[in-house]
Amino acid sequence: MIRFPSPLSAWVLRRLLTSVLLVFLVVSAVFFVVRLAPGDPMDAVIGSADRDLTPQEIRDIQVRYGLHEPLVKQYGRWLSGLLRLDLGISLGQQRPVRDILAGSVPATLLLTVTAYALHLVLALLAGVTMARQRGRWIDHGIQTVGLAFYSVPGFWLGLMAIMLLCRQLGWFPAAGMHAPDAQFMTSGQRFMDLLHHLVLPAATLALGSFMGTARYLRASLDEVLAQDYILAARSRGVPENRIFYHHALRNALLPMITLLGLHLPFLLGGAVVTEFIFGWPGMGRVTVDAIFARDYPVIMATTLTAALSVVLGSLLADILYRVADPRLAPEEEGGPRS
Amino acid sequence: MKRPGFILTTLLLLVALTAPWLAPGDPAALGPVDQSLQPPGWQHPLGTDMHGRDTLDRLIHGSRVSLLVGWISVTMAVVLGTLLGLVAGLGPRWLDLVIMRLTDVFLAFPRIFLVLLLVSLTEPSLLLVMGVLGMTGWMPVARLVRAEALSLRQRDFVVAARGLGLGPVRVALRHVLPNLMPTVLVAASLRVGGAILTESFLSFLGLGAQEPVISWGAMIQQGRAHLLDAWWLTTFPGLAIVITVVGYNMLGDELRRRLDPRWQEAAGRAWTGGEE
Repeated sequence: MIRFPSPLSAWVLRRLLTSVLLVFLVVSAVFFVVRLAPGDPMDAVIGSADRDLTPQEIRDIQVRYGLHEPLVKQYGRWLSGLLRLDLGISLGQQRPVRDILAGSVPATLLLTVTAYALHLVLALLAGVTMARQRGRWIDHGIQTVGLAFYSVPGFWLGLMAIMLLCRQLGWFPAAGMHAPDAQFMTSGQRFMDLLHHLVLPAATLALGSFMGTARYLRASLDEVLAQDYILAARSRGVPENRIFYHHALRNALLPMITLLGLHLPFLLGGAVVTEFIFGWPGMGRVTVDAIFARDYPVIMATTLTAALSVVLGSLLADILYRVADPRLAPEEEGGPRS
Repeated sequence: MKRPGFILTTLLLLVALTAPWLAPGDPAALGPVDQSLQPPGWQHPLGTDMHGRDTLDRLIHGSRVSLLVGWISVTMAVVLGTLLGLVAGLGPRWLDLVIMRLTDVFLAFPRIFLVLLLVSLTEPSLLLVMGVLGMTGWMPVARLVRAEALSLRQRDFVVAARGLGLGPVRVALRHVLPNLMPTVLVAASLRVGGAILTESFLSFLGLGAQEPVISWGAMIQQGRAHLLDAWWLTTFPGLAIVITVVGYNMLGDELRRRLDPRWQEAAGRAWTGGEE
């Protein structure tokens, strides 16, 4: 590799280049997995017709979706289409996949961002409490409850919430994003209605995942609390609370930035499950529906969107971490071996 | 009770192995009509479903699917990951680069998207689920093994083995691999829970085990229509999944504490970034 004068900018540049390569590989992988798999994407269209199609009609459909061309040419059109943000036409819904995505991505964003905020709050509370109460019953209690939540299937947790909190107690709406009469509401009411619908899906998503982060934070805190500068601060008579929150927590939180990148796949994956259970009209719901309809253009598009946001998320988290923590050598994991 | 994870997973394994004796009779056969949707009671401790079948019996038989899928898919993932990690860590530089880029590509997909895409390409079956879970679970293992192999290849005993003229395969399998086993075992045990969770979701969607094979995920799907009048149909299979996954997650922690001398430094890390 070429050596640049500033190690950080060289590192960022290299990281950017590998990300571009990665995006290209991901885009190609999605195309070839679907095209080379046993079974033809056309089967869905042909199978959904109410009568046997004539060879001419099949040919027409193939021409319409560009499936009559050689594979390499199709691949080229897939790539050039992506550059123009053209994702093809949904086989099931007969409208551009781009429109379907544009209609569902905001809902997923709202859900995952809310859930992640909740996830971080829970993780911070649990992690800090465990580290401060180390070895006491409350530490063990949080570990046990957290482990249980960590091991719960998200779809079942959602069903239990629907059964108890929606059907039995009637506290929350069981499905969707808006009440049926939302269009007659004032904007304030609409907002409250949206929040009301958002609580359970977001809580389900957050509860199932926060313990991983909490444990990470606790381990990170334990590590920091064992450092010499903490001992030095103690010997100077710094109050314990100040040591914990001012000296230890701030340093322990630093490596959490990288988790941001790691968490994106979890959140997006969890959104598939949660959206399906709660009828949340997001990308996950669209994906599952498309799986059942064998609507490959849509499946390819949502899978691609998810993968690209993961690549982008981890790139941003990595860069942020390097900028936030100047102690890190520009080459570490993933870099060339020494 | 110092190793609850070990005890719990052993018990579950015993239940799965002895299912035909614990719950004799065909668990898929329809029960008597007057026994349909019975709440938990003396005769049926966990109630019955709409076909009058005993929920406990079906749970016992369903444990076989969860454990089978969990074990086989993780074994596949771990073997694949270990092989690729060894080749990347010990092999030529270009191969390392290729394998690591491949790992990056696979890791870019949130696992459930990749799994759903692959499962949807052909007819759903349990075998397909195992294969797909194996194919999409090797990446963290490969990274872990590669990192360990990279550090082991600098160690004197590996250098000596190479200096003595041993072939690369022999060095990898006889000298490096045995030293990796603790890492691999811990990684494997921590992944079983995630595989069981994913399988249950696929079966819940109807993309996994098909009738008459019983799986906990499919049982939850069947109970979904009776959320109000038969709460036990969704509640108990879910609890069974939770208990099993808790067991394997605890087992992973216990194994790590025993096998990995640096576990305190790594405590909690394996949980993040491992599963979907």
